[in-house]
Amino acid sequence: MSIDNSIVRKVGKLAKIKIKESEENKLLDELNNILGWVDELKKVDTEGVEPMLSVFNESMNMREDKSDSKFSNNLITKNSPEKKAGFFVVPKVVE
Amino acid sequence: MTDFSTIDITEAKKLLSQKKITATELTEFFIKQIEEKKGLNCFITNTFDIALKMAKESDEKIQKGSDLGILEGIPIGMKDLFCTDGVKTTAGSKMLENFVPFYESTVSLNLWKNGAIMLGKTNMDEFAMGSANTTSFFGNVLNPIRSNDQKDLVPGGSSGGSAAAVASGQCFAATGSDTGGSIRQPASFCGLVGLKPTYGRCSRFGMVAFASSLDQAGPITKTVSDAALMLQSMCSYDEKDSTSSKKLIPNFSDYKKFDLKGKKIGLPNEYIIEGLNEEIKKKFDQCINIFKDCGSELIDITLPHTNYALPTYYIIAPAEASANLARYDGVRYGLRENSENLDDLYQTTRASGFGDEVKRRLIIGTYVLSAGYYDAYYLKALKVRQLISNDFKNAFEKCDLILTPTTPNVAFPIGEKQNDPLEMYLNDVLTVPASLAGLPAISVSAGNNNNNLPIGMQIIGRPFEEISVLAAGSVIELSKV
Repeated sequence: MSIDNSIVRKVGKLAKIKIKESEENKLLDELNNILGWVDELKKVDTEGVEPMLSVFNESMNMREDKSDSKFSNNLITKNSPEKKAGFFVVPKVVE
Repeated sequence: MTDFSTIDITEAKKLLSQKKITATELTEFFIKQIEEKKGLNCFITNTFDIALKMAKESDEKIQKGSDLGILEGIPIGMKDLFCTDGVKTTAGSKMLENFVPFYESTVSLNLWKNGAIMLGKTNMDEFAMGSANTTSFFGNVLNPIRSNDQKDLVPGGSSGGSAAAVASGQCFAATGSDTGGSIRQPASFCGLVGLKPTYGRCSRFGMVAFASSLDQAGPITKTVSDAALMLQSMCSYDEKDSTSSKKLIPNFSDYKKFDLKGKKIGLPNEYIIEGLNEEIKKKFDQCINIFKDCGSELIDITLPHTNYALPTYYIIAPAEASANLARYDGVRYGLRENSENLDDLYQTTRASGFGDEVKRRLIIGTYVLSAGYYDAYYLKALKVRQLISNDFKNAFEKCDLILTPTTPNVAFPIGEKQNDPLEMYLNDVLTVPASLAGLPAISVSAGNNNNNLPIGMQIIGRPFEEISVLAAGSVIELSKV
């Protein structure tokens, strides 16, 4: 399966990565190369095979649904590029 | 000053317990080495003050002779993928250039509890995506080993800083993480021992996530004996990781009592791939004889889906990465490129914070998970993963261990394999299958080629049988062909 520029732009949007027009064609070629190569898998007969989501086959560890956080708001927002009064700040999103 | 770069942890422990040396002397020695060998670019952040403080504490404990950890007084490097409380943790990315965690990863915490000393955070491929340590935002790492023709070589990746630091005597050992070969391949390129334990052995809590169903921490060391000590100190059951194993943790040093006589070593024909370096093939054949000499039985086995492992990996790993790396949004931590519009802020932040290889994988991962392509790529890959895992299950009914080369080639010059991503991916063709199946695997140096470059051999074992893997590794180590 080969993809075109419109798909590269669409996937860039889904991945939330701005792709410059000047980078688009190079990326397109690289992606088509990689996708052409993974297309090999089509040759494998997987009829009746269950998808393997994890190699882990012990029971998942459940814990009680309660907060045990000892971290303050100040600590949690410490690495934030923009914060105010213990909150993360983003550009205004309401119209 | 005594030269401690030629001894391993096992010997240093002896000297420490006999009080012939102190942890502070060891730490001061390695600090000097790190300063002298800055040019190799092994460390992103040095933590010398912390190291000296930890050394002082270890010395006090050793004096008293109580509360001694397995690695009491042993200076190590910490891959910059493990979150360290109050110490910058970058994952080799511009995105996390200034990120200072306020919590500690379980693996690093276990190491400190066992008395290890942190010299610094080691360089790595950005978000562990790479096989040559050339994708780090903080510059590439040089392999301390030089070929006879004196070229600058890559140390392998993604744990390239860890491997180069150990190989150049800047620390006794270092942590690594392995998603598709990131411990074993650099260990092989630098003439070291690299152990990827069974998936679930080491907690993933506080490890910067790449592909969660594959990521597994492990040690890079000079000797097999050190690998056992490091793993012992790193692993634990951890309720903070939903896939942390509750299986009993053995004494890994018991590998020394494990007898390989009568054990069946499987040789998968599929690993003798086209393009496998001739000298590596020759070494591999020599290793077969070593196992014959210890009374093991060598048998031919088949892992028929081996050829499909790499493309399967390059669907699953990017897919998981695209979900894991969605967290880097420029809001809660990490880089932000400002904008009036939130969506634009996300897009420009991620375009500027991630390097080319990471972006390529995130785009691939997003594509294979997107509506209309999910079944053809992602679901298909999960099914092939099951077949690859079944191959191993079937093989392990006939044999106890599997012997293969670690890499198709030896360390290559910096700048090579940079133009075509696929050429770089092929580095991992022999390490990826065991990762997909979650199996323990070790790479041990089997000696050098004619150009002075190390060749690694890989031993793959059954789940949670690290002991037999270590035992087989030590057979190769002892006989260095």
